[in-house]
Order: sequence, then structure tokens, then C-alpha cells
Amino acid sequence: MSQDVKTYKCRKIVKGCAEGEAVVSRDAMCFYLTDPETGEVIERNHAIHGKSIANKILVLKSGKGSSVVQVDGFYQLWMKHNLPAAIILVETEPVIVSAAVMVECTMVDRMEADPYEVIEDGDHVEVDAERGEVRVRKKAA
Amino acid sequence: MFLTDEEKRILDGSEGPGKQKAMEMLYALGLTFDAEKLIPVKRAHVALSGQEGDTYWCELLVSGGATCAITPTTNPYWDTCYLTKFYEVTKEELDLANRTGDAYRKIGAKLTYHCAPGLSTGVPFFGEHIAYSESSATPYVNGALGARSNRESSISALAAAVIGKTPYYGFHIDENRHGHLLIEVEADVKDCYDWGILGHVVGELAGYHNPVLRFKHKVNPGPEDYLYFGAEAATSGAVAMYHMVGVTPEAPTIEAAFGGGKVPATAAVITDKDLKEREAKLTPATGDINLVMLGCPHYTYDQILEIDRLFAGRKVSHNTAFWILAEAGAVELAERSHLRQKLELLGVRMVGDTCIDEPCWKSFEGHLGLTDSPKCAYYRERRGQPFAIRRLSECVEAAIKGRID
Repeated sequence: MSQDVKTYKCRKIVKGCAEGEAVVSRDAMCFYLTDPETGEVIERNHAIHGKSIANKILVLKSGKGSSVVQVDGFYQLWMKHNLPAAIILVETEPVIVSAAVMVECTMVDRMEADPYEVIEDGDHVEVDAERGEVRVRKKAA
Repeated sequence: MFLTDEEKRILDGSEGPGKQKAMEMLYALGLTFDAEKLIPVKRAHVALSGQEGDTYWCELLVSGGATCAITPTTNPYWDTCYLTKFYEVTKEELDLANRTGDAYRKIGAKLTYHCAPGLSTGVPFFGEHIAYSESSATPYVNGALGARSNRESSISALAAAVIGKTPYYGFHIDENRHGHLLIEVEADVKDCYDWGILGHVVGELAGYHNPVLRFKHKVNPGPEDYLYFGAEAATSGAVAMYHMVGVTPEAPTIEAAFGGGKVPATAAVITDKDLKEREAKLTPATGDINLVMLGCPHYTYDQILEIDRLFAGRKVSHNTAFWILAEAGAVELAERSHLRQKLELLGVRMVGDTCIDEPCWKSFEGHLGLTDSPKCAYYRERRGQPFAIRRLSECVEAAIKGRID
């Protein structure tokens, strides 16, 4: 198995180790527009509308939305144990970083390969923020 | 990232868990954005909301013994004493509002409950380093006033107030304030509504980048114009800094707006037709209305005066409510000058300290509302009330008829 796993360097933003199934969003996200009970994205016309981010490894373009609703979005998911297991950010911005810091949601950025090139929905991904590594095992074809 | 011995002690928890949490937040942001150090600030603005996430953070710091080193101003939630006379809320909603007020009182915030601090309750100096959250406040203080703030979240702004410092990165540094894209504005912008629509177009073009606007016709924006422009540019995009050539303080010339470097080719031209098209796209709804809601961002005293002039003694339709959300000082002035009493006789009510995005307004949900603010419509729609958007004069005429055509 291990030879199927590719390892990429990344940078830690919020500490932690997590693994799970990948969900890839090419759109920026406002976490206020998720259903806290299920982790499902409810924003109309969003790239991952209808998919759940609960306990997944979320590859995310960036954060968006006002300076406070993002925080509440993270908080509500956290209370229901439906936050992503970890977030791999493509473009880093302050509001989403501070929300992740508050609820200690594992977060990394600056992956050495373009995450959109090497991670697809359904891949098994491990994020090790402490070692600054993302390990990807492709889903069975 | 360099920390002084005192900052390290706070981070280690030697000054209690509340200050430690606040410092962890600033340190994490500083590391993420490659800040070289923390710098002192004397002003912060917290986009308090009365939502659980934000209240949780304030309570967490308070229970850990933290109080503010500098007194931050705050955003509104809702005036629980006044509005519960009119509208029902659940016990849970009222409890959360009361918890929010208590937590911010304990941490030592200045309870201004006003979302446009740059206009009155917290006006920074040119070049002053500050930590302002509230997506409409940040472009105002950076672009119109030339103060220096990052796009803070409510929780990072509160952390900055507790420590009295903010990480030195982003808009605190000269080169990050320079323009990125040139937009030629040929459209004629007359009032703050037009400025809002212009901001909505610009925000979509600019995203996170700093737009530089060059106007064909001479413009002379007032406080409300800058406010509406920035609020919408931060709704359709994430604009936190902008330049208007020959108008805003860091853009005496187009070269200065781009930091003395090369002026890029024009990225876009915005005409009257573009504004009309944007307006048409944003505002198609028509029909009977149960609410006219103004004041996102908060109305000023001058805007309340304008409402009085437009009504000219006529009355709001019996099946429509008319609410102005304003800065508490503007409501107080309206009271003193008897403007408030005069407008109440016409069916026009006003309230301070209150945001459009609060549970006290839920009795209107399910029917069409009307506002002059795309930002208001965007946030209300998510709570289940569709909104039409029109300029103020049309909002007044619609209120009198009880419908928008």
C-alpha cells in the first residue's frame, strides 16, 4: 500500500493531525452557509453545494463573507462535531485563519504541489500539520 | 516572528488563560502572514454580532480573566428593550442577546453598537495603525481615511483590543496598500445609492485586490458615499483598500495610487449602462411590501433628514412597516430636534444599536421587503425574507403605496 501514497510538503497554520476522505472546493467558502447538523454546503451555485464537509479533508480555495459570520459558521459546525477534519487552503486570508484558530481546526497551506492537481474527491488524505506534510492515497480507479 | 519578553510571557500563559488565548490568535495570524513583529494600536473595532460563535469567544476571554488594554468600539446586535415592545423573539434569542451585552461589558468594550465607526464613533488619523473588523468599515478607514487596518475578523479585532497590539503585515505596510488594477469610471455617480451600485460592480472585478478608480466626471464623495461604496465592494468582493485618483488621500496622482510604479493598462471601464444593468440584476422583485428597512450600514442624521424631506408629510401605508436603523447618536439628535416625533406620526420608526441581520425582524419573513442596500438584501435573504432594492426616493414612494412596481 505504502508505495501508492505520495507525500507533499506544506505549512502548518493550525496544529493537528487528521485523515479522511477528500472533498475539493474550487470556490471560496463562507461556513455560515453550511448546515451545522449535517455539514452540508447550502450556498446556492457553490462548487460543492449539497456535499458534506463534516470530518472530511477539505481542499479549499479560500474564505469569504463578512468578518463575523465566518466565525459563527465554524463555531456551529464545531458544536455539532461536523467541522472538516482538516483544511488545506489554496489562498490564505485572515478571517478564515482566525476562525480556524478559535475552534482549533487543523489547517495547512502552501502545499508544494497544486492541491487541485493532486487531490480529487474521494482520495484518502492525511494532513500532518506538525511535520508539515500532506499524504495522498488515490482512490481506487 | 519576533516577540518581546513580555509578549512571550503572555503567550506562555503567565498572565492568565484569557490573555494567552488572545495572544495565541495574534501570534497565529502573525506567523501565517509572515509578520515580523506585533505593533501597538490604540483603536480597535469589533464586529460583535450577537451570534453564538462571536459571543463564545468574548466569554472565553472574559472567563480567562482578560480585559481590554485598549477600549474597542463595537458593532450592533439589537436594542432588546425597545424592539421587544414591537416584535416577539424566543427566550433563547433574548438570552443570547443579553449574554452578548454582558460579555462585552465585562471585557471592557465601548458599547457603541454602530457599524460605521469611521464616520463618528471611532475616527482614526491618517496613517494610524488600527485593528478594525466589519467588512464595510475596513475599506472606509483604509481607502477614504488613509488609516491602516487589515481585514480583521470580529475575534482577531477583540484579541488586538485585549493585547493592545496587532501583527505587522498586510495593509499596515506601504507596498501592500498600492493599487493593483485600474478601473475607469465613466458613469455619473450622484448619490450614495449610485456609489453602492458602483461598489458592487467594483467588488466583483477586484476580489481581494486593491482597485484604483479614475473618474471621467469630477466627483466629490461624502461620508455616506464612501460608506456605501466600500460596503458593497466588500459584499460582492473582499475589497479592503481602494484608491480614487485625485480624491482619496493616498492617490493624489495615478502614479501615487500605484506606488510610484508602472501604471497598468485599464482593466475595466464602468459606464452608466453597467450600473443600470447591475441595478436591474439586483432589483427585479416587485409586489406588495410589508417592510421598508434602511440602515445597512447605519443611517446618519443627514439621511434621516432626507427621509423627512422626501415624505413631505405623507404617511406610510397601513400594511407596511418603515424602519430606519441608525447610529444611536443620530437617533438622539433626531429626538432632540423633534424629527423623530414628526416622522413617527407618519409611520416612520427609527432605532439605534440594531442590525438588520437579527432575530427581532423575523415576523416580516416570508414576504417581500424593500431596502436601498444590496448588502441588506443579501443578508436578509438568507434569513428567509426576499428584498427588492431601490434608491431612497423610490423606497419612500413605495412605502406610501404599500407596494413596489
